[in-house]
Parts: sequence; structure tokens; C-alpha cells
Amino acid sequence: MKPAFAFAALFTLTFLPSPGLRAAAWTEPLNQISKVGAEGAGNVEAAQAWSDLTAQGSEIIVPVLSAMETAGPLARNWMRSAVETVFEREVAAAAEIPAADIKNFLQDRDNEPNARRLAFDLYQKLAPEDAEAIIPTFVDDPSPALRRESIARLISQGQDHLKEGKTDQSTKVLKEALDAAREVDQIKEIAELLREELEQPVDLPRQFGFLMYWHLIAPFDNTGHEGFDTAYPPEEAIQLNASYPGKEDIGASWQAYSTSDDYGMVDFNQPFSPLKEVVGYAYTEFESGADQAVELRLGCKNAWKIWLNDKLIFGRDEYHRGISIDQYQLPIRLKKGKNTLLVKACQDEQEEDWTNEWQFQLRVCDSSGTAILSTDRKPTPSSTAPSRRRGE
Amino acid sequence: MKTASLILASFLLSISAQADWLNFRGPSASSYDPTATGLPTELSDETLAWKTPLPGRGIGSPLLIGDKIYLTAATGPEQKQLHVLCFAAADGSSIWERRFWATGRTMSHNKTCVAAPTPASDGHYIYAFYSSNDLICLDLEGNLIWMRGLTLDYPNASNSLGMASSPIVAGDTLIAQVENDSESFAAGFDLITGTNKWKIDRPKMANWTSPTVLTIDGEPVVALQSGKGILGVVPSTGSSLFEFTEGAATIPSSTPAGDSLFIPSNGLTSITVKTDGSDPTKRWTESAQRPGTASPLVLGKKVFTISSAGVLNCADRETGERLWRVRLEPPEGSESETPVGGFSGSPVAGGGDQLYVFSESGVGLVVDVSGEEGVVTSFIELGETILSTPSLTKGALYIRSDGHLWRFGK
Repeated sequence: MKPAFAFAALFTLTFLPSPGLRAAAWTEPLNQISKVGAEGAGNVEAAQAWSDLTAQGSEIIVPVLSAMETAGPLARNWMRSAVETVFEREVAAAAEIPAADIKNFLQDRDNEPNARRLAFDLYQKLAPEDAEAIIPTFVDDPSPALRRESIARLISQGQDHLKEGKTDQSTKVLKEALDAAREVDQIKEIAELLREELEQPVDLPRQFGFLMYWHLIAPFDNTGHEGFDTAYPPEEAIQLNASYPGKEDIGASWQAYSTSDDYGMVDFNQPFSPLKEVVGYAYTEFESGADQAVELRLGCKNAWKIWLNDKLIFGRDEYHRGISIDQYQLPIRLKKGKNTLLVKACQDEQEEDWTNEWQFQLRVCDSSGTAILSTDRKPTPSSTAPSRRRGE
Repeated sequence: MKTASLILASFLLSISAQADWLNFRGPSASSYDPTATGLPTELSDETLAWKTPLPGRGIGSPLLIGDKIYLTAATGPEQKQLHVLCFAAADGSSIWERRFWATGRTMSHNKTCVAAPTPASDGHYIYAFYSSNDLICLDLEGNLIWMRGLTLDYPNASNSLGMASSPIVAGDTLIAQVENDSESFAAGFDLITGTNKWKIDRPKMANWTSPTVLTIDGEPVVALQSGKGILGVVPSTGSSLFEFTEGAATIPSSTPAGDSLFIPSNGLTSITVKTDGSDPTKRWTESAQRPGTASPLVLGKKVFTISSAGVLNCADRETGERLWRVRLEPPEGSESETPVGGFSGSPVAGGGDQLYVFSESGVGLVVDVSGEEGVVTSFIELGETILSTPSLTKGALYIRSDGHLWRFGK
């Protein structure tokens, strides 16, 4: 919540007892909606509040957008539908809509990113030409959904220059687009144009913030999927010079590993050869320049668990249903200095070709997808260098 | 919600008797509605009443309630924007649209999508469900009544290939199967508040089938299907009533007909069910009737399945014995440009002797099943991918493709 609005809301609640005053008409419903919680808690009260809110006019739009700042994901949806319901009704009735206030809200980058995107959608309906005109200003916007519009234009411009044979201009525009892009499909599209059409180098792992240097250890037993909940020695302590008895008495010891994959894929099958019904661990360290809230974004089609600084963050026992970049988004807090990351990846018993993968990809970024790099990040390994490095 | 509204809603629930299409595969999820009479016997430009564009993909079927149509879709690069849409049945014009941000994971296989489940309704509220496990209740005018983010509540309840099970209302409870390899469950939700009435653990395995409703001694019994078989539960409590343990498919769903259930199990298996705690009686199993993706259809004395090769099989409902089979393709000699391909949507039937089905390549077919052999009597090429099941009402058939909602029957 912005300070000014927070103060106004507090003032209204505390000093204006009359429910008939306009501010109170949205303040109390918003308070109720903000209370929706787990397993349906607060739904009945929120429904009444939503009804009260949508009975108001277009003056509620900006206050409700503002309230999204501190709302949870469910409450934000209640608020969104209230805003859109009132907006559609008022537009249909040719009532006055506070277009300037909606534009001001949209252009204030401190406001909640999704609320700003919604404000843009509304403004686009009110003033389509002006909305189009401000799209280029979103190129470095903290809201990925707004930034996307601007990046799409840059990609289009780069392609136009290419068609006209203006390679220098195309390169310049597409590099600008790459620096600004935060969404996976757009980054992939730009990188392909730069590499294949313009022969420009692109460091995709750095762009995304993938972690490329690890230590791996395997194989521990996962017969009958039992390994997922079995705490093998790496879960107790990380000793990179230690060896342990692994599955079927195969010795398990840590190996230094790096990947040169564009999307940071860490492949257990490379150092350990294809194995089934096994558990592997990957360990790395991340130097953070500050105490900061970030996201770990994981892609993995094996069952997995992940620990930050010896604390379990999340785990999931699903096998071979699919993998994608940013498949799992895990909000965490890094401490300044060294942070440890341990990933457990479990392989199951299936024999089909598409179940051979025993791998994951992990990156660190902020909530908008902007890469957060370790302060001691090493150069991205060359794609011609071997991924497997024993004995380091 | 105000008390008066609650009382009114409860009253309306008790008298709901409209011949509407309220969930995946219509009445009791059977794919059959005998009150849907006067359906077009051919699919053609002449019987196409209208088509209207959709904002995004979806596989869920349209709900038909009174003179309105309700549908879901998802948009955006990662399908994170969820839509609930309301159209006028008369001309396909948009009446209202509500949009929400997905609160759960939206990853899915490219073939399917986030708006894969068909919504459910009790005739008075719409319960929109998505692969992201967002469950949203709106009234028929688009007013938000409640919302659940089941992945917020149960963080490992998801399938990276996508979820597709469609919920259903039985009695005074909304039932949903949220079954997957990890946090797998089924639950009954209060229709008015969205809170859990019950929640039971389910087999930890991916499952895309939808619950169906049997009527036994006048009472609804919900059949929950999984790879393990069928669990019959009391809708309002989730208490177990019967179990069939011989395994079942995880894509095509079972079809109820009175106290009988036709299960995609070891081909196709017919059982009859009692609620006295005794095991269900298996009447027959017929491997030749094995369905592909589409669910079976029971019509009169016949049971129909579509094989993964696109062949419509007709068997005797009482014995499982094959009566005839016909390849689902345009009639011989007709000019068609589109290969029919496979079938993801299920066949449906109304009060006539026709069976309607659409293929993945967008070919709609009408099959006359009244005679000694099935005969494809009409076909149309819609030119868009269709993975959904048609919905029927008196005089009209509705189908959604990737890009449009279509009405046949003027």
C-alpha cells in the first residue's frame, strides 16, 4: 500500500464514523476481502463485501487497484473482478470513468505489477491511442506483463530491420530487447534471431541466472520410490571429500561438474551413466551481495527436494510428467555472503525412452524474472568444454 | 451473502428441475439427455446457427442454462489468465466475462490446456475449475460468490502434464477429483461457501477422469474412477459405499445408467451397484469394447465406445456382445478435405436416434444408430482443432473449438 493511501484509509477507519461517507464504502469491503484465507475461510464475508463494493461507482476503481498492493493472490482476484465488473457496467452506462487517475496509477512503478497491468487494460479501453503511445515506455518496467508489450514491439522492429537488410540496426534493437526481456518465450525468440540471423553471441545462462557449477554425488537407492523420503548422508552434512556406500555397494563420492547448456541443465546421467531407481544430490554455493528476497526457479521432471542453507524449501514426488524453465517458483530469502543450495533428484524405474532423463535446471532471480547473479559468478562454461570434470 | 439470498438459493436448489446441460457430458455425466429433442440431423452450413470467437483455448464443454451459455478459457503466454464467459444462446453475443489470475501452476502438455475441465453448475451457480486448481463460483449474472486456490491450500496437488478432471454437483455438494502423482485427493465442497465438506486421499497416480453420478434407490452416489478402479461415495460426506478394485483407465471416464456403471476397465466392464455395503456385481467384461480417449455412451439397449483407431463400436448393453462397428469417417463418395484423425471428445446423444461426435481435426459427424448397422449420415469440417465434447439442449448442439463456440440447430 502506498503511504498516502495507507494514511487516508487509516484516517477513514479511525475518524469518520459515518458509513455513508464515500471512503468508507470501499474501505470496509476491502478489509473483508483481504481476509480471505486458506480452505475457503472468509468466503461468505468476502461475497457480501464484493457485493457492497460493486454496488459503488467508478470511484472505487483506483482505491481497489491500490489495495492489491498488500492483498494475497486470492484477495487480489476478488478485487480484480470487482474492478472489472464496475468498469464494464459504468462504461456501458456511459458514466464518468476516472481515466486520468487510472493512467496515473498505471504509470506509478511503485504500484503492484498485476494491478498496473489491469490498469493498462482498462486505460486501453478508455484511450486506445494514448495507451498504444505509452507502450514503449514499458521497456524497463518492473511489471513483466507490461514490459512484454514493449519487448514484442522491439522484436518486431528487429525483424523488420532484418528484412530490410539493416543488420546493424537489427542487432542494436534486438540486443536492447534481450537486455530488457524477462519472459522465457521472448528471450528464446530474441536469442535465436541474434545467433542464427545475425551471428551474435548470446550468454543465455547469464541472462537467465542459471547456476552452472555444481558438485554431484550418486547413486543412492530409490527402489520403490523409497529414496525420496530417505535422508542419505548429504542431507545430514556436506563433506565434498567424503565417500559413502551407494546403491548395490557402488561407491558414491562427490564430483565437480559444470554445464554449458543454454538453459543450465544439470544432467546426472553424464557423470554417472544412465541409472534407474537411484537418488543423486547436487550442491553449490551462491554469494549474495545483500540480504534479499529472491526466487529459486526450478525445472525438473524427476522427484526432487531442495534445501537452502540446510533448510528444506520444498519437495515434490512426481516422475516424468514434464519439465520446463521456471516450472516451480520458490520464494526464498538469501543472506548476505555465502548461501548453500542442495538439490536432491530421484530417478524411478520406468524404462521408456522418455523416462531416461535424470536432471534439473535451477536459476536465481527476482519476482519479475530478472536474474540475480552470485557476486563471484564464474564465466559461463564454453559449449565445447566437457561438462564432466572429475578430480577437481 | 445475505441471509435472504442464502435461503432463496437453498430453495432454488431444491426445486431445480431444468433440462439444462450442467456439467461435462450432461445429466449425471452420462453423455445422454433424452429431453434434448429436435436436434439437427445434419451438421452443415444450413444448420449452423452461429459461431462466435473465443478469447483463448479451452477443452471444457459449454454449460447450457436457460437462454445462456457458460464457458471457460485461458490466455497469456503461460495461460495464467483465466476466463469465465457468458453468451446468449440465441445469437452467440457476449453477455459478460470475468477474468482471474491463476494462483496455481499452469504448466501443461501442449495438446491440453489450463481450461481443460468443464465447469459444473447446479442451475444457479457456475463452478469453474482449471488445471491450475483454481475453483471459482459465480452466479449466473457473473457475481463472484467464492474462490478457492487449491494449490495454495495443497501445494503439491498438480500434474505437470496438466489436470483435466471436471467437477460435478451431486445433491448439495460440488465434487472434484484432484488426482496426481503427489498430493492426490478428492473433495466435496459446500455449494454456497466453497469450504470443504470432506476431503479424502486418493491413489497417488496421474488421473484425468471425471466423477459420474449413479442413482440408486433414488439417491445420488458419486463414482470416483482411478487406475485402481472405482470408489463409490456419498456426495455430502465422502463416505465409502462400494468399491470396484479391478483397475480402470485414467483418461476415459465411466458412464452411469441407473444403477449400472460402464467402466473403461480391461476393455469395458459393466457392473451393477447396491448401497448395502456389498460388492458391486460384475455383469460382463469385453476387451473388444476398449475405448480410446472418449468415454462410453449408453443409449437404449446399446453401449457405444470409440476405439483409439477411430472406430465406433456398438455392443449389447446387457451382455457386452458386439453388435456392429463402423469407422468414423465421412460417408463413402463424399468430398472431404480433412482427415478425421483421432477423437478426444466423447460422443453424445439426445432424444433421437443420432449420435454426435467431433474429431481432433475438427470434423463433426452424425451417426444414425437406429438400425442393424451404424451409418454416418452427415459430416462437417470446421477447420479448427476440437478436443471437446458437445453439449445438447432442445433443438441445438453446441461445440467449442480452439477458436470458436459453434451452435448447430436454428
